[in-house]
Amino acid sequence: MSAPSVLYDAPGPRARARNVGYTVAFCLALVAVAWFVLSGLNDKGQLDGQLWEPFVTDSRIWSEFLLPGMGTTLQAAAVAIVIALPVGAVFGIARLSDHAWVRAVAGVVVEFFRAIPVLILMIFASEFYFLFTDVSADSRPFWAVVTALVLYNGSVLAEVVRAGIQSLPKGQSEASLALGFRKTQTMTLILLPQAVTAMLPAIVSQLVVVLKDTALGGALLTLPDLLSQYKLIANNYNNTIPTLIVIAVLYIAINTVLTQLAARLEKRLSRRGRPPAGVREDHIEQQDVHLAETKTGDASGA
Amino acid sequence: MRFTRMLRVGAAVAALALAAACGGGGGGTSGKSLAQRAKDTKKLTVGIKFDQPGLGQKTPDGKFEGFDIDVARYVAKQLGVDEGNIEFKKAESAQRENMIEKGEVDYVVGTYSINDKRKEKVSFAGPYFVTGQDLLVRADNTDITGPDALNGKKLCSVKGSTPAQKIKTDFSQQAELQEYGGYSECLTGLSTGKLDALTTDAVILAGYAAQNPGKFKLVGKVFTEEKYGIGLKKGDAEGRDAINKAIEKMISDGAWKASLEKHVGPAGYKIPDPPTVSEK
Amino acid sequence: MDFLSRYDLLGAFWVTVQLTVFSAIGSLVWGTVLAAMRVSPVPVMRAFGTAYVNLVRNTPLTLIIIGASLGLYSTLGLALADDTSGTFLKDNNFRLAVLGFVAYTATFVCESLRAGINTVPVGQAEAARALGLRFGQTLGIVVLPQAFRAVIAPLASVLIALTKNTTVASAIGVAEASLLMSEMIENESDKLFLVFASIAVGFVVLTLPTGLLLGWVAKKVAVKR
Repeated sequence: MSAPSVLYDAPGPRARARNVGYTVAFCLALVAVAWFVLSGLNDKGQLDGQLWEPFVTDSRIWSEFLLPGMGTTLQAAAVAIVIALPVGAVFGIARLSDHAWVRAVAGVVVEFFRAIPVLILMIFASEFYFLFTDVSADSRPFWAVVTALVLYNGSVLAEVVRAGIQSLPKGQSEASLALGFRKTQTMTLILLPQAVTAMLPAIVSQLVVVLKDTALGGALLTLPDLLSQYKLIANNYNNTIPTLIVIAVLYIAINTVLTQLAARLEKRLSRRGRPPAGVREDHIEQQDVHLAETKTGDASGA
Repeated sequence: MRFTRMLRVGAAVAALALAAACGGGGGGTSGKSLAQRAKDTKKLTVGIKFDQPGLGQKTPDGKFEGFDIDVARYVAKQLGVDEGNIEFKKAESAQRENMIEKGEVDYVVGTYSINDKRKEKVSFAGPYFVTGQDLLVRADNTDITGPDALNGKKLCSVKGSTPAQKIKTDFSQQAELQEYGGYSECLTGLSTGKLDALTTDAVILAGYAAQNPGKFKLVGKVFTEEKYGIGLKKGDAEGRDAINKAIEKMISDGAWKASLEKHVGPAGYKIPDPPTVSEK
Repeated sequence: MDFLSRYDLLGAFWVTVQLTVFSAIGSLVWGTVLAAMRVSPVPVMRAFGTAYVNLVRNTPLTLIIIGASLGLYSTLGLALADDTSGTFLKDNNFRLAVLGFVAYTATFVCESLRAGINTVPVGQAEAARALGLRFGQTLGIVVLPQAFRAVIAPLASVLIALTKNTTVASAIGVAEASLLMSEMIENESDKLFLVFASIAVGFVVLTLPTGLLLGWVAKKVAVKR
């Protein structure tokens, strides 16, 4: 039921008139909200050109604040996902282990870190580094943020990996074992490579989650990320609200690009159809169900 | 095979990241006094605030300005280090002692109040400035006359701040508290009248008032005393004395007053008399 | 464990629970409305639904919550509580946070529901139309009830994520669990692990039963096809 038109008949004259009515009413409501926001902002002088001008005329606002902030955000997200991937793979495989105790330990660890808010993990990691390590004050927020994101997203990716491997046709591992591969070889040479490529879109959308979560570090942990720049900019230009809006637009732009990338990857991979024709349909369906799951998992992103 | 390579790259990155994290610390300060170090290396690392207008603020030029910055530079100069050889590091309030203890900075000039708890971990030179907790209100406000006139008013401060709690317990029990991550958030509500007052050290408030000419004013009823000192490694008596000497010189040659007038004066903030250096 | 009695752990988690419950109800309603818009016959509504979901979902929640406080209250003057009650700021911040959570979480509810609508066989809607039901009736009486039964599990993960996301409310000073944790750490840095454990256990207690219970419900009500 992919086409929404299944839900309603092609509009006749009366339905068309009704739709026009709905359209007008809805537009009016939108205009009312927009009016409330814009006139409110205007009343408080937030639309004054001088508050917005610096973003166009003063390149230093970009070179000193926004771009370095964006750099930190991207760096934290990238480092976190790069470390979280192997961690997730290890735990995902551990949850499929033949040894009950390995499964149990991995299960407890994964479920624990999935149940704890990332912010709690960040606060803990920051204080932990402060008390017990030599991580310098400069980089402590960064590593606290990365650590928390790795623990959380490692657990999420572990589930992604597990589901990805489980979705592979049984024949894959059976054939591999029949060829005399050992369990480890079957996993690393046969199963994981297929699972990971199939999961690539899910991993890219997880990157969006990670990227949004870095903002927690900016607001509550003194990480000099994109979000935190609004304080420094507002101190110099007295334009808190315009700055917040500009920063929101930047986040949306970055994340939209990533989301598009994930969608494109997903399309390409499902077209390529690596598994043999016989199991292909089943495989893709599994993958779709699975992707739907991880997408809702997106909500964990703060 | 592709995957094992990915795994190896991932592991290498992780290892590198860890190494960077662990190796990142430590400015390589030895047991020598900072005065001696400054003389030998002609370089200093100083902890400051980045987001405190009038005191320590990062400007769009990538430079720093404010009273604390001027003090930091003056002291460095007296220790034989040129402006260009000072490395400024961001020192958040909660991290100041730790940065000094670990030798990441030579000294900290960042609205750093001298108190006994901190003295267990670091030594102080100074004080170079004495201020106290005050209130910032809109310029046209007349009914907030002091900390005891805040019943039913909306008072803003930063998270975990003792100043705001003090007002609630000692002066105005009926005050409503708004806590944010930083003072700049408070200013938004204060300027539109949605919040009534912001509380912290008077000189910090003066910095914000100077930043927004004509919008805010200080109430001027200071109800605590905060002595700002320069924090340095515990037990470095030689360094402390050298810094003390520099502070005294800055006060006596007029640079102290000139800097204050430039950075917090425009707020109509009455610059207090210079303190007597007492940390010996 | 003596020090735990000095802090109002239960009180803080009670705020977390309240934030979660109110936001969950709000996001369910708003998310359903958004989903209905995205499949509706009116192009403007479809466009709005799509734009809203794409914009809000790609904005960090922290930014939304700070924006709610600084933008909606401080700048636009949107007051959601009684100004004379003496607890105005506390109530207002709480409600602003709920508003922010609803705005954000509804996008995930909407997307889950849309996926759920896609699991309902085409024949169901065709039959409904053949019976003469209009769009609202087709969606409300035939398609959505089945869609909801199919998406209990994804909605459960959205709910769990929401529970954890309520910690972001500390950015505007709502006294929930993570704000208490910061306060405890500041005062008792030598008991870091104990503090972390007590807060962590609180969240495990909140999220684990939710997941198990709704997982069971999901199996129970699933439409067998």
